[in-house]
Amino acid sequence: MEVFTKIESKTVVLPQTNIDTDQIIPARFLKVTDKSGLGENAFADWRYDATGGSNLDFPLNQPQFSDAQVLVAGDNFGCGSSREHAPWALLGCGLRAVISTRIADIFRSNALKNGLLPVVVPPAFHQKLLGTPGAAIMIDLTSQTLTTAVDGTSESFEIDGFARYCMLNGLDHLEFLLQQGALIQSYEEAHS
Amino acid sequence: MNEGATSPQQPETLFEKVWNGHVVKPQSADNPAVLYIDLHLIHEVTSPQAFDVLRRRGLRLRRPDKCLATMDHSTPSLPTSPSGRIPFVDALAEAQVAKLVENCREFGVQLFDLSSSRNGIVHVIGPELGATQPGKTIVCGDSHTSTHGAFGALAFGIGTSEVGHVMATQCLLQYKPNTYAVNVQGRLAPGVTAKDLILGLIGKIGIGGGTGHVFEYRGEAIEALGMDERMTVCNMSIEAGARAGMIAPDETTYAYLAGREMAPSGADWDAALACWRALPTDPGATFDAEVDLDAASLEPMITYGTHPGMTMPIRAHVPNPNGSPSEHKALQYMGLEPGQQLLGHKVDVVFIGSCTNSRIQDLRQAATVFKDRKVASGMRALIVPGSKEVKVQAEAEGLDRIFREAGAEWREPSCSMCIAMNGDQLSPGEYAVSTSNRNFEGRQGKGSRTFLASPLTAAATAVRGVITDARELGGV
Repeated sequence: MEVFTKIESKTVVLPQTNIDTDQIIPARFLKVTDKSGLGENAFADWRYDATGGSNLDFPLNQPQFSDAQVLVAGDNFGCGSSREHAPWALLGCGLRAVISTRIADIFRSNALKNGLLPVVVPPAFHQKLLGTPGAAIMIDLTSQTLTTAVDGTSESFEIDGFARYCMLNGLDHLEFLLQQGALIQSYEEAHS
Repeated sequence: MNEGATSPQQPETLFEKVWNGHVVKPQSADNPAVLYIDLHLIHEVTSPQAFDVLRRRGLRLRRPDKCLATMDHSTPSLPTSPSGRIPFVDALAEAQVAKLVENCREFGVQLFDLSSSRNGIVHVIGPELGATQPGKTIVCGDSHTSTHGAFGALAFGIGTSEVGHVMATQCLLQYKPNTYAVNVQGRLAPGVTAKDLILGLIGKIGIGGGTGHVFEYRGEAIEALGMDERMTVCNMSIEAGARAGMIAPDETTYAYLAGREMAPSGADWDAALACWRALPTDPGATFDAEVDLDAASLEPMITYGTHPGMTMPIRAHVPNPNGSPSEHKALQYMGLEPGQQLLGHKVDVVFIGSCTNSRIQDLRQAATVFKDRKVASGMRALIVPGSKEVKVQAEAEGLDRIFREAGAEWREPSCSMCIAMNGDQLSPGEYAVSTSNRNFEGRQGKGSRTFLASPLTAAATAVRGVITDARELGGV
């Protein structure tokens, strides 16, 4: 997993509420056995028209947002399926963080295992971000704060200590589990 | 939180009993709990990248004996030809399934492929085999793993990284979720089904209402449900945002499991039963959240928007978006106007199937409607049993004949049009009444427009050609 300490980036905004995993990466792109093609097909049904051409109304197709690393999404992001292809697709189009007021459990869990930071902010701060697409934002995982260049205000955010440690150090969660071999062995012996 | 430290006197919920019994290493300030997993279900879509991680790191499966694999998402619902050719939708689907076969062979996982009499949708076959049991922890790279909670198991969907974790260590890193009691009092009225109950709940608390929680469905209405119906309820827990949904095991559960291939037998059965009987929530145990639902007041439900929370009684009128741009956009996508009734709305396709509603009880209900009736002209009705076992049972009961004589298509087990990966899909703009679980934009094919409903509503719609309240038809 790539180390995540601090990013400074402009935002790209998708204000729709309840953006589900079928929008993030439609199921027809899940037939790959690796991660190929997921980035270019993120939000495929919003991003491309019926002929496969780019829909220029869609922010991710607009040149001013092409280098944005932070997605600000409407309330309740990532509901739906358990497909890890969703965070893989977002990472595949250059995103490193997603901000919303609520983020679905499985999406959040999957994101954290891939170095994509899910950030939940209070409604008022969220409104400010939704209203200022392209504004610069700084996300500091060490201090668990994000600061918007719109008015220089900061907001703190929650992340569990383990996921934070892993992201800051680029460690994967499997390594920790593999170190628990003795405990797992005892559990199995006691429950066989 | 303080797991593992509860005294025997302290009343516990069903969830807490199962959770506490599986903690390998307690949660602390530094790490989530290490939770042991009893059963890992595997399918072709969310496993290949996990097998690759194992291969890359030189790891084996820690407990292949606790894994079962099936193929269901990318597999066709059309039969294998006499020459053995499987009609995959494209080369990618075929390659994905071939990869699963190769991975299961290399890593020693039992696989029910399309030639197996035990093949079917992962959440249909686990219970059928008796592999799904009360008190177990069950995971799968699929959000509808919550289905297995109908047996009093703690069952939840995981991502592919976690699929790899379970493969390598038989454990997961998990923070203890909160508990949420869903109290369903009273009894469902005739013509109102388990599907209507769960859609009613999602409509009430919203699609994010259960986030961070595990539901326990309780009360008279739940106790009165058969296992197939309980699975329908637990299946859609995730549609309210919950990690899992559970129902305390009881005589209905035990009667279902007795004699199943992978269920315990003989003295093992007696020992298991003694453990299972201790699982239900203790009197006096408390939940972090609670909601009450009156079963008797529920009507057949139908969705009108683009998520399962946009749901209403079938005779109601489409609500006004009240200034919500997302709700407005959803109605626009669906081609609906606020205030209109859905009854009588033209539908192109009816799909009866999916891990939500493809079991024998669902097919029996649908057959009561199709019997001596015809699928309306211009309407396509697709009936896809959840497993080979369901298919064989339905055929033994003559249900397939009723469906075929009505003019419906009787298919092979597959996730089929629920997720539209296998070629079974709607054309852009088409409307379906579907017994599946998600009505998201494009879920049943790009531009597809889905109304979620029960098998009764779906079948009634198929014979009338327009959205129909099954209670209007005689004999239902």
